[in-house]
This record gives sequence, C-alpha cells and structure tokens, in this order.
Amino acid sequence: MSYKMGSFDVAVIGAGHAGVEAALASARLGCKTVLFTISLDQIANLPCNPSIGGTAKGHLVREIDALGGEMGKAADKCFIQSRMLNRGKGPAVHSLRVQADRVLYHNYMKKVCENQENLCVKQAEVADLMIEDGKIVGLHTSLGAEYEVKAAIIATGTYLKGKIHIGEVSFESGPDSALPSKYLSKSLTDSGITIRRFKTGTPCRVHRRSINFDVMEIQNGDDEIVPFSFESDVNDMENKVSCYVAYTNSNTHEIIKSNLHRSPLYAGRIEGVGPRYCPSIEDKIVRFSDKPRHQLFVEPMGLETDEFYLQGMSSSLPEDVQLAFLRSIEGLENVEIMRPAYAIEYDCCDPTELLSTLEFKSVSGLYGAGQFNGSSGYEEAAAQGLVAGINSALKIQGKEQLILDRASSYIGTLIDDLVTKGCSDPYRMMTSRSEYRLILRQDNADQRLTPIGYELGLISQERYDKLTAKIEEIKTEIKRVQKLNIAPSDELNEFLEKNGTAPLSTGCKLADLIRRPQLGYDVLSPFDIQRPKLSAEVCEQVELTIKYEGYISKQLSQIEQMRKLEEKKLPKNTDYSQIRGLRLEAAEKLNIVKPLSIGQASRISGVSPADVSLLMVWLEQQKGAKNAT
Amino acid sequence: MSAIAAISTPNAPGGIAVIRISGDTAFEVADAVFRSVNGKKACEMSGYTCAYGFAYDGDERIDDCILTVFRAPNSYTGENVAEISCHGGLYVTKRILRTVLENGAETASAGEFTKRAFINGKIDLTQAEAVMDIISAKGEKELKMAEILREGAAFKKSQSTKEKLIKVLGDLAAWADYPEDDIPEVEPEALKNSLYEIRSELAELIKGYDYGRILRDGIDTVIIGRPNVGKSTLFNCLSGCERSIVTDIAGTTRDVIEESVKIGDLMLRLSDTAGIRETDDIIEGIGVDIAYKRLDEAELIIAVFDGSCPLEKDDLALLERLSGKRAIVVINKSDVSRKIDFDRINELNIQPVYISAKENSGIDEIHTAIENLFEASEINFESPLAANERQKRCIDLSLQNIDEAISAIDSGIMLDAVTVLLDEAVQYILELTGEKATEAVVDEVFSRFCVGK
Repeated sequence: MSYKMGSFDVAVIGAGHAGVEAALASARLGCKTVLFTISLDQIANLPCNPSIGGTAKGHLVREIDALGGEMGKAADKCFIQSRMLNRGKGPAVHSLRVQADRVLYHNYMKKVCENQENLCVKQAEVADLMIEDGKIVGLHTSLGAEYEVKAAIIATGTYLKGKIHIGEVSFESGPDSALPSKYLSKSLTDSGITIRRFKTGTPCRVHRRSINFDVMEIQNGDDEIVPFSFESDVNDMENKVSCYVAYTNSNTHEIIKSNLHRSPLYAGRIEGVGPRYCPSIEDKIVRFSDKPRHQLFVEPMGLETDEFYLQGMSSSLPEDVQLAFLRSIEGLENVEIMRPAYAIEYDCCDPTELLSTLEFKSVSGLYGAGQFNGSSGYEEAAAQGLVAGINSALKIQGKEQLILDRASSYIGTLIDDLVTKGCSDPYRMMTSRSEYRLILRQDNADQRLTPIGYELGLISQERYDKLTAKIEEIKTEIKRVQKLNIAPSDELNEFLEKNGTAPLSTGCKLADLIRRPQLGYDVLSPFDIQRPKLSAEVCEQVELTIKYEGYISKQLSQIEQMRKLEEKKLPKNTDYSQIRGLRLEAAEKLNIVKPLSIGQASRISGVSPADVSLLMVWLEQQKGAKNAT
Repeated sequence: MSAIAAISTPNAPGGIAVIRISGDTAFEVADAVFRSVNGKKACEMSGYTCAYGFAYDGDERIDDCILTVFRAPNSYTGENVAEISCHGGLYVTKRILRTVLENGAETASAGEFTKRAFINGKIDLTQAEAVMDIISAKGEKELKMAEILREGAAFKKSQSTKEKLIKVLGDLAAWADYPEDDIPEVEPEALKNSLYEIRSELAELIKGYDYGRILRDGIDTVIIGRPNVGKSTLFNCLSGCERSIVTDIAGTTRDVIEESVKIGDLMLRLSDTAGIRETDDIIEGIGVDIAYKRLDEAELIIAVFDGSCPLEKDDLALLERLSGKRAIVVINKSDVSRKIDFDRINELNIQPVYISAKENSGIDEIHTAIENLFEASEINFESPLAANERQKRCIDLSLQNIDEAISAIDSGIMLDAVTVLLDEAVQYILELTGEKATEAVVDEVFSRFCVGK
C-alpha cells in the first residue's frame, strides 16, 4: 500500500552530522527540503567520542563554519572543554578540539533544524528510491509513504544494514541501539550502485562513581579559548570539566590475549573492513605486542550525566571480558559498565562512483555524504554533507556545481581523495594528506572559504563585510611593516641579544625582524611606535604571512600549476577505451573514476605522465573538432 | 609554458648533436649555459639567427657550440626555442643537457615537444592521432626503460634512501596528527641527524651519476653462447686484455665477468657469461641461469656461434631467445671450415658477422655492426641514458629540498614548514617509481605507530 505525502526539492536521508549540514544548506539556499531520520531522538547524535575537532578535523570544522555550515557554532555552544592541540608544532598543524555535551549538542542541532525555514524534519525509514531514466524522482518510506523529490542525499552513516557485534552475540541495529535501516541497500544495489561493507567500533561508557580519578593524570582545557566559529563570541566561553588519562598494563593485555578467540573479528564473524587509524584495543595488543602499555582517555559525556567515555578502548570482545580487562586498569578497579563497547558493521558505497560534486555518476540528482561514502568521523561527514547539500540545491536551481579543489581546503582534499583514489578502509582526515597545508591553516579558513559561502548565499552581508575589512587591515599592516625602517639603537640591540638573535649594525625593515624565528610581531611592538591598534586575529595573520612568506609563495606557485590542469575539463561521457594509444590499465582506471579534469586524472594511480599528455592532446583535438563544425 | 629540454638528435655518435630548449624562459635558460663570442645574449637575438660561442658549466668550458634562436610563434613548438648544437660525443651532449636542466629547464617528457607543437596549433588537427601514437609509443618505451633501470644499483640505492625519508616523514606525520597518542617527540636535532644521513646518501648517488653512466657503465652488453664457442676469446679481443680464463675445457667461465669497452663514441659495459648448456653441475647450472637472466636484461646481446659445426640444441634455444632483442649474431672460427646451417639464423633477420676470435679478425666488423645498430634504431630520449638523466634530476631536486630543510631547521623554522620541504623531497624520489607521497606516508604511520582512539 502506498500513499502520497507531497513533493520536495531535496530529500536528505539520515540526520547525523552529514545529513543535518546537508539539509540546512539546501533549505538555506531556498530549496524545499525534507530531512528523514529513523529516530528524532538521534538527530546529530555523537554515538562515539563526545568530542568535535582534533588534528585536521578541527580544520574541517573551521572550514565548514567559513562556508556557512552549522557544526562550528554548535560545538561552540555545547562544548565543556576546549583545547588547541599542537601549539608548539607550527601554525599549519594547530588543531582545535573540544569535548562536547552529547545531549546539548543533539538538542541544539535538533532545534536549529526545527527552526529552519524550508525544512521539514520527519521520523521515517526510507525504504526505496524511485529512479526514472537515470534520474531520482521520488522515494518511499517503510510505511508506504511516497514523496516526490528532485534530488536526494544519502547520509545513512552506520545505520545502513547496521549490525552490532559484542563477543559471541550479534544483532541488527543502528548505533546507540537505534533501529537500523533495513531496506534501502537493496534499492541502491538494484539501481546499479556498488555496496560495500565497512565496520567501526566504540568503547564502553562507564559510571563516574566507579572511577578513581585520584590515580589518573588530569587534563584541563586551555586558559585562552579559541572558538570554532568565526562568528562566536569568545567572551562567554569557559571550560567546565576535566579529562583524565589512564594506562593499560601487562595484566590487561593478558586478559585480552587469552580471550581473543571470543572476539567476532578474530573468529571471522565480521566481514566489514575496519579503520586502520581507529584500532580496537585487541587489535592494538596483537599488532603492537611489544608496547608495555596503551593509554586511554577518560572523558565526560556531558554535564547532566555520570557517563564517561573511555577513548582508546574500543572493543568487540564479550561484555564479561570487557569488564575484566577494564578492572585490571589502575583507577578502574571497581568500574561499572553502563553501555558495553561494540563493533558495528554497515553498508556503504564505493566513492569512486561519485563525482567531485558528490553526485552519483550513474543517477542524476542522487548524492552521497558522510560515512555512507566510506569516510569516518563526525567532521568528515559534516563537511561532505555541507557540499552535497549545496550542490543538490545548485543543481535544482540550474546553477553551476560547487567543486572545492585540493588547494582551497581540507574539505576539497577530503572529497578529492575519496572520489579519485577511493578508500579501502574508513577514511580519516589527517594534516599529512594535504600537500598544501601551509596555506590550508585553520586560522585562515575564513579568508579561503567565506567569499565562496557569501557568493552561494550562506554567509550574511554583515559577516562578509567584516571579513573584507579584516583582509584589508591585514594587507595594509603587512605593507606597513614591510616598508617601515628600523634603525639600530642600544635599546633594540640589547633586546635582540637578549632574545638570542644578532644585533643590528645598519637599519632594516621591521618585516625582516619579524621574520627572525626568535622574534615575532607582538614582541617587537615597543620598537614600532606608530603601530595601529589591531585585533589579535589580524596580528596573527600579519605575523604568519611574513614569517612563512617564502614557503607560502612556494606553495602558491605549486597551486597555480595544479589549477592549470584542473581547468582543463574532461567531457563527462568519455569512453576512455576508445582513445587511441591510451594504455589499457590507464583506460580502465579512467573509466571507473571518470575524472572531471586533466588534473584529477593525473592523480589516479595507474595513470602515467605519458597518459596525461595523451589526454591533453586528445582534449585539444576534441575542442578543435568542435570548433570546426 | 615552463621551459623543457632534451637532446633532439639520436643518442648515438654523430658529427653534431642538438639540445633543444622550449618554453617561455627558453632564452634565459640558454643564456645561463651558452656564452657567445660576440657577447650577444639569446634574449637579444632575433628569430632564425645563430651565434657561435661556448657552453659552460659554471666557469668550466664544456664545448664550442652554435646557438640557434627561434622566436614564438615561429618555431617547431610555437614557443620560444633555443637550440644548442654541440659536438656529437655522448658525454659532452649529456653534460650540456644536464647543465641546461640545472639552470631552470625541466626534462621533456615523452613526446612533449610534439605535444606542445600540437597544442600551440603548429601541427594540424588531422595529425593529432599521429601525435598521440608518438606519445603512446614513447610512453611505453619509457615505462620499459624504467623497468630496466629498476634493476640498476643506483636505483636500488635510491629506494633504500627513499624508505629512510618516508620513515622520517612518518615520524613527523604521526607526531603532528596524533598529538595525544603515545608517540615519540620529534626533536629538531635528531631530525637533522636523520636528514644529514639521507643527504649524504643522496649526494653519494649523485656523485655516481656525475661520472656519467655512459662513461662509467655504458651500454649493458652481454656475450652469450654455447660453451667453448669462443666467447671469452671474443671478450678478450673486444676488451683488449686477458681477463676471462680461456681454455679448451667447456664450462670455464662460470660467473659473469665485466669490462668497459669503448667502441667509437659508444661505451659498452661488456659482460662475458658462462656457456649455456643443459648441465648437471650445480655451480655451472647457476652460471647458466645468470647468463639467461643477463640476456633478458641486457641492452645489447652479442650471440656467438661456432661456425665449424652444425647448430646444437643449446644453440637453437639461444636463437629462440634472441628474437625481438637488440642483438648481433657472431659466427666464430671462420678460420676453420664452415659447417654451420643458416636457416634458423636467417629467420632472425640479423646479418651475421664472421670472425676468428683466435686470429683477431673480424673485430672491426663487430664494431661497425654495433654502431649501425645504435645509429639505426632511434633510442633518443627514452634510452636508458636519458631515463637515467631523469633519475639524476629527480635525486638532485630531492637533495635540494633536503638541504633547504636542514637550513630551515638551523634557522629555527617550525617543523610544519620543514615537513613541506621534506614532502617535496620524497615526491621527487617517488617520481622514479610513480608512487604517490601522501599514500606512502599515511601507510607508514599506520604500519608503525599504534595510534587512534
């Protein structure tokens, strides 16, 4: 029995971190949007670690915010501890991470969705897609409701045919005991989309009263808090909790080793591919058997709960084994498990079947985002959700799709990696994945992406004007310090020697002094009397731009080279096996990925420089032929 | 477009050779290498004019040359083109190319001049397919050459250095990406020490290349044949010294003996091998296996047959392996009455050379045959020599980045910037095998460190 429930521009399937960003972006761009979730109580849930950000992930959150997404604002509103990681390692790898209150975070996002104009939030399980002539036209829920849609975004996370494993027990389930999505996989397979099986896992949640914090190392938040959102006010932010560090020992390892046969992974009951960067504790002990101990972080799940998360202890061993090995850890001798650790298997797609816009090559109007695309992590999901949401709206409005290239952002790098190289295990963002990381800093995400967000209509005029003013201030100040002559003086030379750097014998530019590793913009202010009063953010940008000038210009010239190839667009429906002279291996790879540009083609493994040359000549020939007719 | 350069005459001895430089900065590159007698710079010369002068590597004069200037769009590629015509010796030509590359030009990739000519509209659209065929064929050859070079000692050494560099980058990546995990701190001093080690390995490699593979190694040539057909005697004739043990007992040469031999302008790296035959002797058997392996890898094969008796089973097996290879068939013992049957040899389409190694006759004919073989076949820039030049260039650039990284650490630059330089260093070494840097580093992190929540 099927019944009609109306028509929408965009349907978003799943209301996790990808789905929420996708739905908000599409609605904010004026599309009538419906957001489906299996449970309204799971919107923007944090089913694994109660934290947002971290290395490279923090960059993603700032970029999402700079483009007009919601994650940064939500994290700023709901965090209970904030830390800037990697402070001593250079600005390119500074990464913001916060502990978030899981319930507050869910409430905040649910409310934002509920209040969003053009957006309907519905509790329903989407069971199948209606595809006509290679185009998405509608979908059905498991109750039989039919929705007519022009575009759909799949953001099913770990729900799709989700299956939880705890020791010898396994059952169909979504994360946090939510219902799984049972039918959609088949509909996708029927439409010709490849479905793969990945797995991930999460550790136990334990009760506060059963933890002896006195024997653990304490970890506090930063004194000076940096918000995620460029719009948040830092003044009403404070740390509210501490985290703790504990260690496993040989006893713990012994218990785990002697129970390995009870692990579903080692017994071969799990077929899904797990992430390399997020190994379970049993994996760590087997693979790194020489390590005498492994650390774990004890993190509060929120202000109104006594649940604590044990980062580093994800496991699929039986509950009794979990309890035994946890109790062998100093500080957890009396630990009470509230939720056991589990492994979860789920269906996902092969991202090489997606375009750089996140639209499926084979089904017009159908997009994928988040864990469904083979990634992992809230931030990676949100980033893709935002792009998929933007592109579905642009498509319906007949506008050009948004493709962020690798030099623009970590978001662009993430998507390019996924759709060009594919992934054989859940993909996590890392700073080492970006070749342009001196330019793609978390501190300049606004300068890189807010103009794009403004152009799209996701950034307010006020915010854009503020950014333009900031950029102007930075430019003017850089020019000033590059021109300003500093004469040697006893006072200055004494200061220079005190800081371990050579004194001046003749005058030099202020910029030259700032560039010295021992010095910086701020410390030189006593010798710079006419210095204008500028915000801390502007000062930071001035200092970084000057200090890293040589490296930045080197990266900029690499980017210029890369973009030239990126501009050479390849026709969508090319059959590469028909191109004369292309090696078989290259043609096969190209036919799978169907790159949008020569640049993207050159990044496919198995495509040689000679193949790229060949493509360029072929492309010229096609152009020439077109002009001739 | 950026300047590219290559030797555009065949890579074989000749009267003159031409090094072609094409691109926006072609004249600037030429001016850095060529100094004309009349003091005029390429930048100031008009199109279609020449100047006489000298090619310099720094202050060292390499050769006297003619520089020809073509101004865009009136050139083969449609870009600014400078052509340095020098004396055609392989060493000189290579050396000038190398100097050109060190002064801002990149090595031209397979068919790149033609590709540029096409893109700049210098070649008719109808010829596009021909251009693609050229690129495709040259690309294939390049890949094949890369395969051959992978067997080389220099390449293998570069790979062990590569692994060290990836390990360093893995340390840096794990340290930056997993600040909370139990990972050793990267101390600038320790990092510098690792880099010094890598640096000296790369410098050692480059020193090897600087003697010129052509001078040091030459064309990889193998003498092969049934036992006692006179391989060792021929080897000695060609190399002009008694090194192989020559006796009448079949199976004397059990290992491979090597010698460098100069033939005209070509340098051969000649190796004598154990006679090939089915054998029960374990040690001799190993020698035979080595001989066959060398035959598969060699760039030139001198196959020797005994003219005084009919072809044997082992001879026929050898003939079969020669087809499609760059080979010379030598019939020895021309001083003794000829009993060999030619049907099978003629099938190969190789004109045999008759010699008497014992009487040292017919050696000049072998020289001529080898020279003809290398002149006739267009080995050009996809030759191992040039492929080698590309390797050297990659290692050079890698070394430059390591140097920059070391001096950055010295001046107290943060490690994030240092890492970017090292990324580039490894990128160049990886170019030798076509791997991608980020993948290699990410794999390294996950295989060595226990990281993650």
